[in-house]
Amino acid sequence: MPILAEIRFALRAALWFVFLTFPIMVIKADPIGQTVIWRWRNAVWVGACSFFVCLALRLWKNYRAKHPALGPSNDGGSFIHRILDHSGQRRAFLGILLAAAILFPFFASSYQTNIMITALIYVVLGLGLNIVVGMAGLLDLGFVAFYAIGAYTYALLHLHFGLGFWQSLPLGACLAALGGICLGFPVLRLRGDYLAIVTLGFGEIIRLALENWGEFSQGPSGIANIPRPGFFGMTLSLDQSILFLYFIMIVFVIATIFVVNRLRDSRIGRAWIALREDEIACQAMGIDKQKTKLAAFALGAFWAGGMGVVFAAKTTFINPASFTFLESVIILSIVVLGGMGSIVGVVCGALILVLLPEYLRALSEYRMLAFGAILVLMMIFRPQGLIPTIKSRYPLENLTDDRP
Amino acid sequence: MLRLEHVRAGYGNILAIKDISLVISEGEIVTLIGANGAGKSTTLMTISGLVPCRGGKILLNGREIQGEAPDNIVRLGLSQVPEGRHIFPLLTVKENLDMGAFLRRDKDGVKRDLEFVYTLFPILEKRQRQHGGALSGGEQQMLAMSRALMARPKMLLLDEPSMGLAPLLIKQIFAIIERLNRERGTTIFLVEQNARKALRVAHRGYVLENGEIIVTGTGRELAANEKVQSAYLGM
Ligand SMILES: Nc1ncnc2c1ncn2[C@@H]1O[C@H](COP(=O)(O)OP(=O)(O)O)[C@@H](O)[C@H]1O
Ligand SMILES: [Mg+2]
Repeated sequence: MPILAEIRFALRAALWFVFLTFPIMVIKADPIGQTVIWRWRNAVWVGACSFFVCLALRLWKNYRAKHPALGPSNDGGSFIHRILDHSGQRRAFLGILLAAAILFPFFASSYQTNIMITALIYVVLGLGLNIVVGMAGLLDLGFVAFYAIGAYTYALLHLHFGLGFWQSLPLGACLAALGGICLGFPVLRLRGDYLAIVTLGFGEIIRLALENWGEFSQGPSGIANIPRPGFFGMTLSLDQSILFLYFIMIVFVIATIFVVNRLRDSRIGRAWIALREDEIACQAMGIDKQKTKLAAFALGAFWAGGMGVVFAAKTTFINPASFTFLESVIILSIVVLGGMGSIVGVVCGALILVLLPEYLRALSEYRMLAFGAILVLMMIFRPQGLIPTIKSRYPLENLTDDRP
Repeated sequence: MLRLEHVRAGYGNILAIKDISLVISEGEIVTLIGANGAGKSTTLMTISGLVPCRGGKILLNGREIQGEAPDNIVRLGLSQVPEGRHIFPLLTVKENLDMGAFLRRDKDGVKRDLEFVYTLFPILEKRQRQHGGALSGGEQQMLAMSRALMARPKMLLLDEPSMGLAPLLIKQIFAIIERLNRERGTTIFLVEQNARKALRVAHRGYVLENGEIIVTGTGRELAANEKVQSAYLGM
């Protein structure tokens, strides 16, 4: 009986899971009573839940294996690509999308508009990181550092020199790009896990520096009273400036999508993709590995820096706590969830990952847990992301049919 | 055309090639044979600039190229087909070939060369929309060679093109190597473990052992050499 085997497997997995989570889920030290509380009921819960989840996953996988017709070719991802491929439908689709985006703030409350601004910031952040991780294949776990550089550029330039949003925006973006190059140089020779660790360290260094270098950054207490962008010298009410920021972000998102799309089809874009696929071959083709990697880091950081400036203007207050490792993880999740290298995927991934927790407030405490769970499930069921790049649309089986 | 003078190179504190001197003239097919781990690939990588040269000189048409960046060496007309093919698995065959012409700006020339490699290997044209990773081993080798040819090199460095291929395919690949040399005048530096085949197509050859060249001569001389026969030809 295969079902019995599956049950046995799920049972073993559940036991193993109970064992793994035992120290955190069952044992609880009570510092006041100086005793240990044994929460056995948690163990039962963990065991039961993991048993059923595991069993369901196994059965579903078996079912999928038996019914390959349900394959990934007829799903949302390819549906969106089909629309985008057809130029008439594409224009209509994008037109509706744009109209909806423009009309949104007039129907939504300014609270919701604010959330949408955050989501759009993450769209651009995701597209920036997508250059580094998705296209060039360089796993960067410290992306938030560039976001922080942008935000602090604006905050400090305003504080010391009274510079406004529009002057700070290009400066923040360029400084972040410079930071990207600074990070790029020492890690040129690293790949994979080593690269991930060093970039993670870089992100933490920037945060810790901001936290501890009080004279420079005002430390953990942060910088307040950062102005929102003005509209041709006019002072705007709070609602008006949120509206204005929303439209600025819409323009940024469109500009970013346009530029990233052009980049992908350009020489440097092809070099990034080649670099991701095979470094040795890439060099044998005469691609300058170092320049290509540095360009990826710099261009990715550029967008993050710009968004940092927008973020500082949006919240009017920044401190190092806004730029933790979790932030990098969220941005990376956006790229992985959406589909590495896929622009449409990243846009959807950002909207889902930012808007879902906002609208499911109850979940927000478990965000980290939810990310983990979502990513694990994604890796099992859809390793190519929600809306994968067009590349993987050609299923290999069909194309190998015509062998002589 | 290419001259190596007392070249040394290695990894970490291992010296993989100790003192290599060799000459390749324009229009020649020269082979470098040797056992596994002798340092053949390291020699090619050093010429291409992928492994730093630790001593000696590498001269291309009289110009010192040791220490040049790998992309500049490709620009100077040296193209390597690395060991194990290293095709781009998720790019299509056509995109793989386009990557080969990465440094070129002459669109017409690239188009002509694409037609040329398709006449050399018609199978690639049939498979041009397929992923590189979906090709068979022999097709991948053909793709790797074609991709290098797309850079229109003056000299082709081939690292064990026959590795892991069926005898019939090996024959085909070697025939193409000779044809390239004959029809296009491409100089070829062929690294092989398959000494018998390599010595048959090569004008001259070098035998590498533990990072040093121990014998050199024409293809026929080497094939008749007792030491080579016992060590590499299994006679
Ligand atoms: N990336 C590397 N790192 C360290 N040692 C290497 C590396 N590549 C090759 N070697 C060593 O260098 C020597 C020569 O290797 P190689 O040039 O690949 O030989 P061949 O191509 O003739 O089989 C071997 O002893 C091998 O172990
Ligand atoms: Mg080798």
